[in-house]
Amino acid sequence: MQVQLSHPTRTVEVKGPKKVKELLRELNLVVEAHLVIKGDDLVTEDEMLHDKDQIEIRPVISGGSPLTPHPLRLTDSR
Amino acid sequence: MNCTKCKIKAVIGLPRHNAAFCKSCFNGFVHDQVARAVKSEKMFGKDDRILVAVSGGKDSLALWDILLKLGYKADALYVNLGIGAYSEQSLAKVTKFAEAPAASHGATLHLHKVEQEAGAGIKELAQLIHRPTCSTCGTIKRYQFNRVAIEERYDVMATGHNLDDEAARLLGNVLHWQEEYLDKQGPSLPASVEGFAKKVKPLYRLSERELAAYAVLNRIDYIVEECPMAKGSKMLQYKEVLNRLETESPGTKQTFYWGFLEKQSKKQPTATTMIEKDRAVLHPCTSCHQPTTAEVCSYCKMMARAKTAVSS
Repeated sequence: MQVQLSHPTRTVEVKGPKKVKELLRELNLVVEAHLVIKGDDLVTEDEMLHDKDQIEIRPVISGGSPLTPHPLRLTDSR
Repeated sequence: MNCTKCKIKAVIGLPRHNAAFCKSCFNGFVHDQVARAVKSEKMFGKDDRILVAVSGGKDSLALWDILLKLGYKADALYVNLGIGAYSEQSLAKVTKFAEAPAASHGATLHLHKVEQEAGAGIKELAQLIHRPTCSTCGTIKRYQFNRVAIEERYDVMATGHNLDDEAARLLGNVLHWQEEYLDKQGPSLPASVEGFAKKVKPLYRLSERELAAYAVLNRIDYIVEECPMAKGSKMLQYKEVLNRLETESPGTKQTFYWGFLEKQSKKQPTATTMIEKDRAVLHPCTSCHQPTTAEVCSYCKMMARAKTAVSS
């Protein structure tokens, strides 16, 4: 099956059939940080994927905001 | 895997709730979590005007969508940071959402362009004033969202911070024992002094994965690409660690952050204390009149330094 990945965008070929959770494990990806989309549909970890399927594994993590406001600007940085 | 509620095929499993949902029941779950957050933290009511801070990412667009569907009066503000193709793409996503679903609810989109005021995009600006890009970005966004909320007379401003954002921030603050920041980690900050808008985080009960799923299921077209300035940030590292723990031990993030909120609420009446503290140290900036601890606020100082650097 064709599996599209992001960050960076690339496509890899993975042999099916296999379950979503097996695919994520094989690619060393954490379930909590990814969604798996088959065609246009979101699928759960127990879904069986086959060679003909178009799969997108979408990372869900975002955020580059500073952990804390600038140390000298504590009170006006809300 | 079948939906816990209606037993048809599920589209997402939620181990932390020991549940799985179909699209319809999942949407109900997400709306319910936001409604609970709004009610329990007394964020706003149906008559209040809300300003949503949107970036083109999944969280802020999902927040705008959810608030409008729940019947709230929610407009939005997008701050164009001027980060090349990334900003162009994110603006396109925001505009698309504003023109179709949001406009049909009578909602408006406000725009602010950093380059127009500062004379440079965020990356160049950070270099000019010798400060990290993410910190410069944070100062500008906080300032502009507060400014528009006050000037346009919104009752409250809402941001798309989710459970993962708050848990990662808490982890960072605890790892460095930055206790002075913990008071401001609650999901509802009061308008403590004249010139500060009330600020709320209605998504704090929902994880990043749940919000991405909501966006995908509801065909909300968001920018999947990560901000190029955020690569390798500490925040992303903390989220990664927490997600590994969450996968092994579902519920870790909510136990960590919600547990912290519970402890804080028992410790002291936070809102009152924060108002008292703010009133004791804040006064209007001599340049722009937004509240600050200094004579001139950090934003005005930053803009002055940028203008000097650009002209020299």
